[in-house]
Amino acid sequence: MSKVDLAQFHQAFFEESLDGLDAMETALLALEAGSDDAELVHTVFRAAHSIKGGAATFGFADVAAFTHVAESLLEEVRSGRRAIDKPIVELLLRSGDCVRGMLSRSMGGHPAANAESEALRAALAAMISGGGAPAVAKAVAVSEDVEGWDIAFRPFDYLLKTGNDPLRMFRELAALGALTVDTSLDKLPSLEAMDAESAYLGWTLYLAGPVKRAAIEAVFDWVDGDCELSIVAREAAPKAVAPVAAAPLAAKPSRDAAANSESSSVRVGIEKIDTLLNLVGELVITQSMLTQFADGVDASQLELLRHGLGQLQRHTRELQESVMSIRMLPISTVFNRFPRLVRDLTQKLDKQVNLDMRGETTELDKTVLEKIGDPLVHLVRNAIDHGLETPAKRRAAGKGDTGTLRMEAFHRGGSIVVEVSDDGAGLNRDAIVAKAIERGIIATGEGMSDEAVAELIFEPGFSTAAQTTDLSGRGVGMDVVRRNVADLGGSVAIRSTPGAGTTFTITLPLTLAIIDGLTAAVGEEIYIVPLVSIVESVQLGADAIRSVAGGGELFRFRDAYLPVVRLHDVFGCEGSRAKIEEGIVIVVEGEGTRIGLFVDALIGQQQAVVKSLETNYRRVAGISGATILADGSVALIADVTGLVRMQARRKAA
Amino acid sequence: MSQSSNFANARADETAEATQYLTVNLADEEYAVDILAVREIRGWTPVTRIPQAPSYVLGVLNLRGVIVPVIDMRLRFGLAREEYTATTVTVIVTVAGRNFGVVVDAVSDVIDIVPSAIRPVPDMGTAVDTEYLKGLTSVGERMVLLLDVDKLLQPQDAQILEAALPAAEEVKAVA
Repeated sequence: MSKVDLAQFHQAFFEESLDGLDAMETALLALEAGSDDAELVHTVFRAAHSIKGGAATFGFADVAAFTHVAESLLEEVRSGRRAIDKPIVELLLRSGDCVRGMLSRSMGGHPAANAESEALRAALAAMISGGGAPAVAKAVAVSEDVEGWDIAFRPFDYLLKTGNDPLRMFRELAALGALTVDTSLDKLPSLEAMDAESAYLGWTLYLAGPVKRAAIEAVFDWVDGDCELSIVAREAAPKAVAPVAAAPLAAKPSRDAAANSESSSVRVGIEKIDTLLNLVGELVITQSMLTQFADGVDASQLELLRHGLGQLQRHTRELQESVMSIRMLPISTVFNRFPRLVRDLTQKLDKQVNLDMRGETTELDKTVLEKIGDPLVHLVRNAIDHGLETPAKRRAAGKGDTGTLRMEAFHRGGSIVVEVSDDGAGLNRDAIVAKAIERGIIATGEGMSDEAVAELIFEPGFSTAAQTTDLSGRGVGMDVVRRNVADLGGSVAIRSTPGAGTTFTITLPLTLAIIDGLTAAVGEEIYIVPLVSIVESVQLGADAIRSVAGGGELFRFRDAYLPVVRLHDVFGCEGSRAKIEEGIVIVVEGEGTRIGLFVDALIGQQQAVVKSLETNYRRVAGISGATILADGSVALIADVTGLVRMQARRKAA
Repeated sequence: MSQSSNFANARADETAEATQYLTVNLADEEYAVDILAVREIRGWTPVTRIPQAPSYVLGVLNLRGVIVPVIDMRLRFGLAREEYTATTVTVIVTVAGRNFGVVVDAVSDVIDIVPSAIRPVPDMGTAVDTEYLKGLTSVGERMVLLLDVDKLLQPQDAQILEAALPAAEEVKAVA
């Protein structure tokens, strides 16, 4: 028999299983919300079934055994023998979390089962045998305490036809511990009556050693329903095992472990690949056309050359767009985690929240998607914990009992906007000002605009939560949100109306791989300034500059004075223009602060494919990366946020 | 790939235990670089200067879409800078997964050196700090100095890191 290394499929199994769990969770939440769509139950069942099958195939016996029990419960629901109710959904949701934990442990090569999964499995089994919704499970033997297992196994006569071989199963059992086998021949017919392809034998086995029940069950997993099977523990000493409460279980499964194992592969729609293949084909044709042309250069064929070059340009651009689209995934991959989060939070805080998600199909670069999840979780937690009120307070304020939390994603210009808004109490100006004074961030709140007050919550270590909960209010949060978003090249804005709610608006670039930039000359060098951070370019007269003590220069822009940053000073360029009136000042904004970048001249606008300087060199202050210009030379991309920080530091020094 | 590696394959059979070296000229002396570290040899092309870089880091160039820093070997060793001519070349070297371009006066030859022919470097007045030399050998009448590419670039890396650290701390402090 050829040996296939199953390990090569493990990653795919884990990814599919995690996807399955997500689908299962979504369906369960819909069921809990009162949907009676039978398809939802099927979805949950299918997910559990494929995880079980996969786990058994790839040798994750604990996972297979666990999902087997969950599947049995689901089978009862599916066949209509049991109505789905809240306790079942709750138990299944928790089982989903548990399987996620088991998978992530398996991924790390650790044993998947632990006390929590054993307890949950028992709770599931109790739910099946208990008929209704049992409050307390029967005493469960925790397998570590047993001396061995008595197994009675009698296959139905067609077992061999299903491709199962008892001998192979016994070998697997023998690998678990010392195995004693007694064969019973009582059903064996006489030779002339015997069908060589039927199973007539029965076995009584004794497996010695502290083996887990799950491991044994996994061996018999594939013959389940095709045999009579009983597995009974032989206990070392009669010992009362504490009953395990079916619900609620104390240990809250941690989802963080699963979140850490973000997959680094992208599943791509086949039509995207087809487009790509098609474009590459076109490119090859154009290339051969141009090569042919080069063989016999002739002035009369110039038109042909121009045509070929035009085609080349078009195909290259389409190819680029097409490759980019492969990295784009719908934001629903991030949004999907929120129904569960909101459900858990509202139950915990005794609030009623209706989650309204829109624009889930908006596509974003995978890198951006991976990093936007945590900031969004912070915002949603904040909104439910601080923003939305309890039903009693809402009634007192003349609003409906149920608050609304809206998450919306949409395109605006070349950016993606993600809004998280609630119809809660809004920001409490007095509390924020008081807290900021207490923390020494400001001296007084008088004369501060509402916007300026709102900005205070982004200060590090700021939190107005009256009491620290485990949800939010640990003083980390909004500053982290702003920094994470800034790292992605985006920005966060806040808008709040007292009594009517708060809206956070996150603006993100579509992709991190390509930026639109303005090319600017400084001396003999060319720098690229990202278009998103540019407010305006202005030409100033010599008299527009105010010099301040310490060598700083300011100029008036609209109703504010902004510092001038001379790029040739910062980057040490030679041969640049020194007089303000001879060059151009580009007004840029980073982290909410504006500065003017003084350059010699603007050359034009171009899309820049961002290349890393760090791969072979190192990070350079004020530079976010490099790109390649049309002539093949390298141009550096100015890091506006970095330049703003550098300017702030110079001011502080 | 580069012509040098083809060269290497052609002559590999003749001298099994010998290591192949690429020799380059620098300030009238001949230096040898382990050919396995050499990725490519290209004519000198102007590079894009990087701000806040040490003087011997000339800038970065575009190596088929990858940004590669370029070092002037003369400046690295504290020699006078020469005008770049038609024979000036950039040798692209890969050390520890990182690519660097090294500008030298010219490339001269590929030679086989048997380990037994390598003699220790006496303390002498070469232009290059003997710390960067693995040894020396003679090829016919010529003396060839063996550059230790790893060592040559390690202090380089270390200095780059040192230069980067204060910058990183400042960024952190501001953030």
